[in-house]
Amino acid sequence: MKCTFIVYRFEPAVDKEPRYQEYMVEAEPTDKILDCLNKIRWEQDPTLSYRSSCAHGICGSDALMINGRIELACQRLVRDFKTANNFVIEPLPLFKVIKDLIVDMDPFFEKHRTVRPYLINDEDPPEKERLQDPENQKFFEHALACILCGSCTAACPINRSNDKYLGPAALLRGFRYVADSRDTATGSRLAQLDNENGAWGCKSMWWCTDVCPKSIPVTKSIAQIKRLIKEEGKSKTAGS
Amino acid sequence: MKHQFDVIIVGAGLAGLRAAIELGEDTRVAVLSKVFATRSHSGAAQGGIGAALGNEEEDNWEWHMFDTVKGSDYLGDQDAIEILARDAPRTIYELEHLGVPFNRTPEGKIAQRAFGGHTRNFGEAPVKRACFAADRTGRVILDTLWEKCLQRGIQFFDEFQLMSLIVNEGQCHGVIAYELASGKLHTLHSKAVLLATGGYGKVYKTTSNAFASTGDGLAIAFRAGAPLEDMEFVQFHPTGIYKLGILLSEAARGEGGVLRNNEGKRFMELYAPVIKDLAPRDMVSRCILEEVRAGRGIDGKDYVHLDLTHLGEEVLNTKLAEITGFARTYSGVEPIKEPIPVQPTCHYMMGGIAADIDGKVITDSEGTQFPGLYAAGECACVSVHGANRLGCNSLLDILVFGRRAGKEMRRYIHTVGFAPLPSNPEKEVIDKIAALMESNGNEKGGPIRAELQEVMMDKVSVFRNRPGLTKALEKVRELKGRYQNIAVQDKGSCFNRDLLDAIELDYMLDLAEVIVLGALTREESRGAHSREDFPDRDDQKWLVHTMFRYSKEEGPQVFFKPVTITRFQPKERKY
Repeated sequence: MKCTFIVYRFEPAVDKEPRYQEYMVEAEPTDKILDCLNKIRWEQDPTLSYRSSCAHGICGSDALMINGRIELACQRLVRDFKTANNFVIEPLPLFKVIKDLIVDMDPFFEKHRTVRPYLINDEDPPEKERLQDPENQKFFEHALACILCGSCTAACPINRSNDKYLGPAALLRGFRYVADSRDTATGSRLAQLDNENGAWGCKSMWWCTDVCPKSIPVTKSIAQIKRLIKEEGKSKTAGS
Repeated sequence: MKHQFDVIIVGAGLAGLRAAIELGEDTRVAVLSKVFATRSHSGAAQGGIGAALGNEEEDNWEWHMFDTVKGSDYLGDQDAIEILARDAPRTIYELEHLGVPFNRTPEGKIAQRAFGGHTRNFGEAPVKRACFAADRTGRVILDTLWEKCLQRGIQFFDEFQLMSLIVNEGQCHGVIAYELASGKLHTLHSKAVLLATGGYGKVYKTTSNAFASTGDGLAIAFRAGAPLEDMEFVQFHPTGIYKLGILLSEAARGEGGVLRNNEGKRFMELYAPVIKDLAPRDMVSRCILEEVRAGRGIDGKDYVHLDLTHLGEEVLNTKLAEITGFARTYSGVEPIKEPIPVQPTCHYMMGGIAADIDGKVITDSEGTQFPGLYAAGECACVSVHGANRLGCNSLLDILVFGRRAGKEMRRYIHTVGFAPLPSNPEKEVIDKIAALMESNGNEKGGPIRAELQEVMMDKVSVFRNRPGLTKALEKVRELKGRYQNIAVQDKGSCFNRDLLDAIELDYMLDLAEVIVLGALTREESRGAHSREDFPDRDDQKWLVHTMFRYSKEEGPQVFFKPVTITRFQPKERKY
């Protein structure tokens, strides 16, 4: 079937303002949106730029705005849309556009770094594995599905008004380490997130959860951080 | 721009990252990757990583070694396989200590599950040897190692395309790289270079591989004088999603899933009576195609069913969550209720840059080193996988030998100084890019790539024969000729994907030629290389590694390297 693709274009060396370009694509209902972009690039216009790699929703390269909604281009098929075969493709909102559909992810990963996204445990490791209760694993298992695509952060209304806010992706990673029983820095991690640019910046608007292509309950995870901060505060008060 | 580091690592998948971590805080190391590090294809690994921990049932490394040797159809080098199997438990514990969130047993140990070709007591029955984190094992290990590198302050050059190796008087001391965002060239001067650029499944039409899997590191090393080893051995994973090739992990069968033909029959019982659906991948892929040839494909078409309906919602939604999602999204199938249409998909390359057990690239059958050049991971051939890799041995390989390469480079850089750079190291690359950008040729990359992928799929996949391979060779060479007239249409310097596509295509054409030549040369059937005109394994003549050396004038030149056999003499391979 014939599909119309209206694609956001911006070439910094040439364009002062972004523009939209229209393409006609012959697509199967089972084609991914990424397949359609590839058809445009390979068969019609090789100057179109976008990121992609694994093409099945695990590498996190190709989060885009498709018909006004944040999606992975490789995880949505033509048949998933009921829009009379018309598609509008735009880069992720909030992020700065470098070229066409490619955005600058550096600020996103800068925030990621600040949550100390690695296991902290200064005790000497045992000869074999550290034991871990499978129930503890279940508590943060959903957070492991994150592919760092940036969809949640791009969707978050708080991020739009406060660029210091860590954002849902970094907070989710923070939660992953706070929740891991093997990590011994829980207290200092919670203290780091106990402010308006951290967990309390989240006003539970659920947009992050809504757009997550891996169906991660992001908002709930941030709420877990808030709960743990409160519990930590109580236990400190009780201890003093 | 010029930079200087002790070591340059090309590729930010698990082999590259593990080597970077091993190089330690006293070494100046840079990791260069054409995609952002966490987009590396190691992250797509699903089912698990093998190690004889014995957490679920009795196991030992010698059984693991035997299975790997047998899985390789006796072509793997047994000294290397012994290292792989013996070092596996240490590797897993190390990952666990770094924070990898493996699934756990009820008592809190690392959980394990069955995988194809992994058995107890030298082939008696399947054994639970694969350690896993749901079916996103590669993803969580990649995240963990990348984040460890961030903690260490290792410098990343993300979205930099490798263009060439700097080789002077037979010694490698750096790379030239192209920055995607700016179109600028960078000279990275170093004492050692590790190639960890992964596989090249994109040579085939139907593949589980990423767009980035185009074999750049292999082709560049090949032209720089490093031989390629065992390139004819291409693994087709039995369970790719029909038509799309997206991988459905072997863990699906490890957890109890079965393959069924159009009669609903579990056909693997006939072909591998002992381990059935958990036979190695080369065998299961052939069996699927045999069923199809016998008219037992579903609806008379070229696919069969992967049936997971009896596993229950809990297993599917927790231990196989990703692939259950893939089936829903891409096949429109609900795996809890219906079987999933599958067919073999190009998945893994056993062949690669000839390297020794310490990652040193070697240049001949005696093991002479290419000074300063190292290779690890899927781009390398050590060879631990021989003619067919077992599932969950790949993550293990890249971590064990990534670490060993890191260790060896750390030793090496203290024995040498920085060799002076040639006067104009970037010249050749500048000329190459200019030629592509300024060409008035009438060829486009898209159709050449499509025709290449088509002919490789058609003639050089699971079953091969001389007439087909000869046609494939002619076609690949015709495409190489047409490539000379290719013109890049995007003249920009910011994320010029058109230029990168053209550069990658050049590499894929080179590698495809060597795959076909290897397949033509090897007149026997062994592991993943199945010649219809030579259906038997021939140990008398072909228990050797095939090696190809680049020659600009005469095309790739073949020679052979002996196989290292220590504990297990070749036997008939039955399951």
